[in-house]
Amino acid sequence: MPKVFKPSVKLTDNDVTDERIYRERRQIVKAMGFVGASSLLAKSATADWFWEDDDKKAAARRPLSFQEPGKYSTSETRTPFAKVSSYNNFYEFGTDKSDPAENAGQLQTSPWTLRVDGLVENPLKLDADDLTERFPLEERIYRLRCVEAWSMVIPWVGFELAALLRAAKPLSSAKYVAFETLYDPKQMPGQASRFMGGGIDYPYVEGLRLDEAMHPLTLMAVGLYGKTLPPQNGAPIRLVVPWKYGFKSIKSLVRIRLTDKRPPTTWNRLAPQEYGFYANVNPDVAHPRWSQASERRITTGGLFTRNRIETEMFNGYSEVAPLYQGMNLTKWY
Amino acid sequence: MNRLLSRPLRLPATPRRLTKAGIHLLATGYLVALFYWGATDNLGADPVKALLHSTGTWAINLLLISLSISPLAKWLPFPDLMRFRRLVGLYSFTYAMVHFFSFCAFELQFDWTLIASEIVERPYITVGFAALLILSLLAATSTTPIQRRMGPAWQRLHNWVYAAALLALLHYTWSLKTVWEEPVFYWLIAAGLLYLRRDKLLWVVRKKFKKNLAR
Ligand code: HEM
Repeated sequence: MPKVFKPSVKLTDNDVTDERIYRERRQIVKAMGFVGASSLLAKSATADWFWEDDDKKAAARRPLSFQEPGKYSTSETRTPFAKVSSYNNFYEFGTDKSDPAENAGQLQTSPWTLRVDGLVENPLKLDADDLTERFPLEERIYRLRCVEAWSMVIPWVGFELAALLRAAKPLSSAKYVAFETLYDPKQMPGQASRFMGGGIDYPYVEGLRLDEAMHPLTLMAVGLYGKTLPPQNGAPIRLVVPWKYGFKSIKSLVRIRLTDKRPPTTWNRLAPQEYGFYANVNPDVAHPRWSQASERRITTGGLFTRNRIETEMFNGYSEVAPLYQGMNLTKWY
Repeated sequence: MNRLLSRPLRLPATPRRLTKAGIHLLATGYLVALFYWGATDNLGADPVKALLHSTGTWAINLLLISLSISPLAKWLPFPDLMRFRRLVGLYSFTYAMVHFFSFCAFELQFDWTLIASEIVERPYITVGFAALLILSLLAATSTTPIQRRMGPAWQRLHNWVYAAALLALLHYTWSLKTVWEEPVFYWLIAAGLLYLRRDKLLWVVRKKFKKNLAR
């Protein structure tokens, strides 16, 4: 069992500053701390100044019905919703962690089409309603470990990717699964401007080996904290692979393709010596910029919370170890 | 250099003092506010990152502002601007120290072996540390009596501020996951500032070069 994380103060979600106050503070700090040059370039963010009334309203979230958390969930202290939804790496909406919450609110998630094709017997097309209705939903409280050495505990709502893949009936020649995020520069300012998007070649793509994709821990999330996903967290549907670094858990999916070749993945393409295809959480393999031996757990509490904890192999999900039997995980990072 | 105004601007003693008080108030007040918001969990989702970010970017902003003061003072001309340069430079150093302290205290939470190994093993931190060492030397020798005592050696030492600025920018660029982000603009500004001083810098480089040849 992974070590249970104990924060120095015990707070419930209600004790936490509500989201609005967060965003206001964040605006002030941002305004004083230099308006990011990238946001100066972005049309959508020209009014980014602290007296700006937050006119870009947060997207409405719909409650979901789902089964209570089962055996795969952790009982660790959850990261409050305000933090989960305001601290995101989603470069399609800007490289600053507060950019997605500010710029993604208007993302059109309905109508939506998610295609499942490639080496399958039964190609599928799911529309917006299918995403939350076709498969029974359940809550999964997972640890999320970012490659930048911070982590959160998030109550996702979703279904196993395996269920979706079984419905599509992979051919025996299928070995890998390739994932693709929406490409729509009109909605995603980071795709329209190199500066907003950090110079990444879009669309964002990710991949898994078929056996990783079929593992029961691998989740297609359509919600968090009991309601549909906020756009900044990857609405309307995203992947969650809890034993891998966060960048593997690709957001706002439009296509899932089964293939016989290892698909290219965005961060690996950008810096192959820093980000591997596997990207399993591994405290023994350092990234050039981050020792991965420990992490800071983001929950409630300010600067003085002692929240640095040891990082566990596979982020504590040791049940996936058999997938990598006999592999040198230092080489296949 | 061309001048903007025909007659130099002057700033009498009282407004000068008020300006200095204002700089103190803003620079100290912002730090206090950051710590207050950080301690009460009002600094966004990750107060540690927010603190590192604000102190780091302001250390660089202030450093670049301090480097623009003398060209501005000459170009306007507005010689009294020079009276604020040391203050701005010292605040750049203060912010950089608070930045380093935040890294030790809140990011790595006083795990000294990890702090030491991070400084040695992560190139972007090594470079930031080098910049901080230079800034410390400059701050330590910044008082007028020391400046007098050091004579021409003082100017030679303080020319290292350019190295500190370049190292700090390298640190900034390296700390991010991709190249196409804010630091690009900072590099352009730094390039501009270096260009304004090209004569002096070339002169220093040539002198070094000649000395080496003569040996
Ligand atoms: C021993 C010295 C230093 C250490 C250990 C250090 C540490 C760090 C760390 C860990 C980050 C990354 C924060 C993140 O993960 O996002 C960072 C970013 C940064 N540092 Fe430093 N730093 C040092 C010196 C300096 C100095 C001297 C300056 C400027 C004069 C500076 C300016 C910056 C800036 C501008 C950033 C980027 C802020 C951001 O975009 O988030 N640092 N530093």
